[in-house]
Amino acid sequence: MGNHVEHAIEMHGITKTFGKVVANHNVNLQLRKGEILALLGENGSGKTTLMNMLSGIYFPDCGTIKIQGKEVTIRSPKDAFELGIGMIHQHFKLVDVFSAAENIVLGLDGGVHIDRKAVNQKVKEIGERYGFEIDPTKKIYNMAVSEKQTVEILKVLYRGAEILILDEPTAVLTPQETDKLFAVLRNMKEDGKSIIIITHKLHEVLSISDRVAILRKGEYIGTVNTAKTNQQQLTEMMVGRAVSLEIDRPKVELGEEMLKVVDLTCLNADKIKALDDVNFSAYGGEILGIAGIAGSGQKELCEAIAGLYPVAGGSILYRREVDGHPVMENIVGQPVDTIYRKGISMAFVPEDRLGMGLVASMDMVDNVMLRSYKRNPGIFVDRKKPKALSEKLIGELEIVTPGVSTPVRRLSGGNVQKVLLGREIAYGPNVLVVAYPVRGLDINSSYKIYELLNEQKKRGVAVIFVGEDLDVLLEISDRILVLCGGRVSGIVKPEETTKEEIGLMMIKVAEKTKEVNA
Amino acid sequence: MSNVSKEHREPLIRMVKRDSISQQKQWMIRAIGLLGALLTGALVILALGQNPIAVYKDMVVGALGTPTVRRETIKIAVPLLITSIGISFAFKMQFWNIGAEGQILMGAIFAGYFAFFHSDWPKVLLVIVMLAAGMIGGGIYGLIPALFKAKWGTNETLFTLMLNYIALAFVKYLQNGPWKDPRTQFPKMSMLDDNARLTKVLGVHWGWILALVLVVLSYIYFTKTKQGYEIAVVGESNNTARYAGINVSKVFIRTMLLSGAMAGIAGMLQVAGSDFTITENTAGGVGFTAITVAWLAKMNSFGMLIVAVFIAVLERGSNKIQTTFKIPASAAEVLTGIILFFMLGCEFFINYKLIVRRRKEAEHESAN
Repeated sequence: MGNHVEHAIEMHGITKTFGKVVANHNVNLQLRKGEILALLGENGSGKTTLMNMLSGIYFPDCGTIKIQGKEVTIRSPKDAFELGIGMIHQHFKLVDVFSAAENIVLGLDGGVHIDRKAVNQKVKEIGERYGFEIDPTKKIYNMAVSEKQTVEILKVLYRGAEILILDEPTAVLTPQETDKLFAVLRNMKEDGKSIIIITHKLHEVLSISDRVAILRKGEYIGTVNTAKTNQQQLTEMMVGRAVSLEIDRPKVELGEEMLKVVDLTCLNADKIKALDDVNFSAYGGEILGIAGIAGSGQKELCEAIAGLYPVAGGSILYRREVDGHPVMENIVGQPVDTIYRKGISMAFVPEDRLGMGLVASMDMVDNVMLRSYKRNPGIFVDRKKPKALSEKLIGELEIVTPGVSTPVRRLSGGNVQKVLLGREIAYGPNVLVVAYPVRGLDINSSYKIYELLNEQKKRGVAVIFVGEDLDVLLEISDRILVLCGGRVSGIVKPEETTKEEIGLMMIKVAEKTKEVNA
Repeated sequence: MSNVSKEHREPLIRMVKRDSISQQKQWMIRAIGLLGALLTGALVILALGQNPIAVYKDMVVGALGTPTVRRETIKIAVPLLITSIGISFAFKMQFWNIGAEGQILMGAIFAGYFAFFHSDWPKVLLVIVMLAAGMIGGGIYGLIPALFKAKWGTNETLFTLMLNYIALAFVKYLQNGPWKDPRTQFPKMSMLDDNARLTKVLGVHWGWILALVLVVLSYIYFTKTKQGYEIAVVGESNNTARYAGINVSKVFIRTMLLSGAMAGIAGMLQVAGSDFTITENTAGGVGFTAITVAWLAKMNSFGMLIVAVFIAVLERGSNKIQTTFKIPASAAEVLTGIILFFMLGCEFFINYKLIVRRRKEAEHESAN
């Protein structure tokens, strides 16, 4: 090797197929020692597959892998560990009832006895070295998401990993937590660790990485120095064409009050107020953004509006026509079936797409008829109309699928969301509730979704958009309702506020009502 | 490739999940599986000092060789098939009904009541009432665990299993007490009056026609009706069902009623068409074998038809070789077990494929 740059990882000509699907085709990737490499690509571009071959979960069909200059074969996660590769997966793999330290040593060689003191000490040391805040004795079930992630990272560091791979680590973090994580990653880099971070958030790529490797549809596109690139260039490499990064907010005349929520209170399974005296209205022709720290009552609010969550107090009024006259009908206490039958047209795109919005193992036709199969008379289902609708959706929303009879679980995240949103808007709702509609989606799909929501707004629909990315909410919403600990801490207009102000509203009421959440 | 690290060689064999597999290949694998089973079984037969070919031939001839034995085989297949269909109703919504055994017995008891005590009724009326009673008996017995699950979230697997023992104990109680045949000292029930026995069509009681009808009906129910669709949605995710406005409890209850009713029919047919009395062997493990049938057929109604007949052939054949070759019953069951084991094993090879390390590398390695 006449190379003067030392490489921690060199992957050459890697190809991996699943059945007929080519996840990676002839991919080359080099990670230099002591650098942070961002692996950028749209969803379904093969980033995770490529990394899983480094961590021993998949085995490449062909190609070579060199670790620290030596050609290796990685057959199992154990092999990967021995080679000093540690991967932090998107979905944490922790035992809930164990403490942080117990999870960290789980699966390591050693006797029956665990010297907890020594382990705790070592975990603390590692934490201090890189700037983690961690209590080794804390149980996982008591931890926030960011803490769990810290445990995952400590787990691989404890095993002496020299190469760390992080799969979309910021997807679950707040802006502040992301900053903290990045500080830690920089400390690790200083310490000589080599790091790969998988992401599709461009500003993060630019702020953390030294170089960026780009994948597109399983193909290796190239590697660029972060210092010499910008968002526009990266987007073009990732998507394959120039894409505008502006989110549109069309001007639409405000319509009628479509939904009115009055004094809404809901209790969760532990009889604690998940929603506390929530009041607001949603009008046709607007997008009402809903912001808040995760778990501030967003899920309960969406489900209550959709008639799926038990209501402890207050009312949810929908506008509907009776004999040509508009009335506000309270849906509280009515079963979902009855609500539909009365002609209250509300659509709901839940957060858990495959676990609630769709049936993962069913094909598109069966999924498209999920909310409407009862409408035609008789005991038989009619699959003709749903089939026609599916075909129409595939064309209109650019859904990539082998066909209408492919199970939806085989589709990529963006396409799953298009099927779900497409179905919900197909029946012309008056109120459309979308929960985290672009979570886990790539740029292309995200913009398609924004476009669809704006189209609905233009049609005069009251769109309620529960989001986590404040930048997006500020760009797309006409008004933003901020939730905090199940209460409304305010409704603001994006033009008249700032990200910081909303950030404060997200935590302000929380302090007052802390006892409610505890 | 001079610096291949020795401790990290590619594994000799690794398994990969198949994306899709052609029908042709699937049947090839099954054929190979059957061949493997027969070869393994042959070793067992050889160990018993018999000629495998003769034994296998006798099995097939004994189950299908003459019209008489064919009728016997069908008689075994009918309750098995109907019960499997019933079980598939519950299993499709991920409700693990392992209580078909008890539901069969309850169907038998309910039908038996009319057979024993109202045998003077006109035959057509009597048989229709018996059929209805069998369905109600099995249905109610299937309904109980569903109600408890819907109301209090009890575990249906344990619940249905325990109900089996209660049904069995109930049969024993009837045998010893109220329904005991007064003409004998043994605790057993009397034989059915001719009037309560099922008419034969082509030599076998008409239950076989009903079974075929149920195959078609259940297929239509699952693929074409709203209720069948609801079962599939509930089976996949209760949350999705709730979201779609499906009343999950209602589906549980309705489907278990159907599932139990099906097993009840099997019980009624067994009493009125085959055994002509009720004993603790009326269900005779059919409720459990039916689980195997349903799984092997992947809950497909027509698949269950094939598998049920296949298992009936095995059962009948193993009975035959016991008498012809004096092979002990347990050894005959081992043969059946081997065949089923291989058939289930095939599913693994249909879902996964094994990749053997490429030769080039193997050669390279031997050169080292």
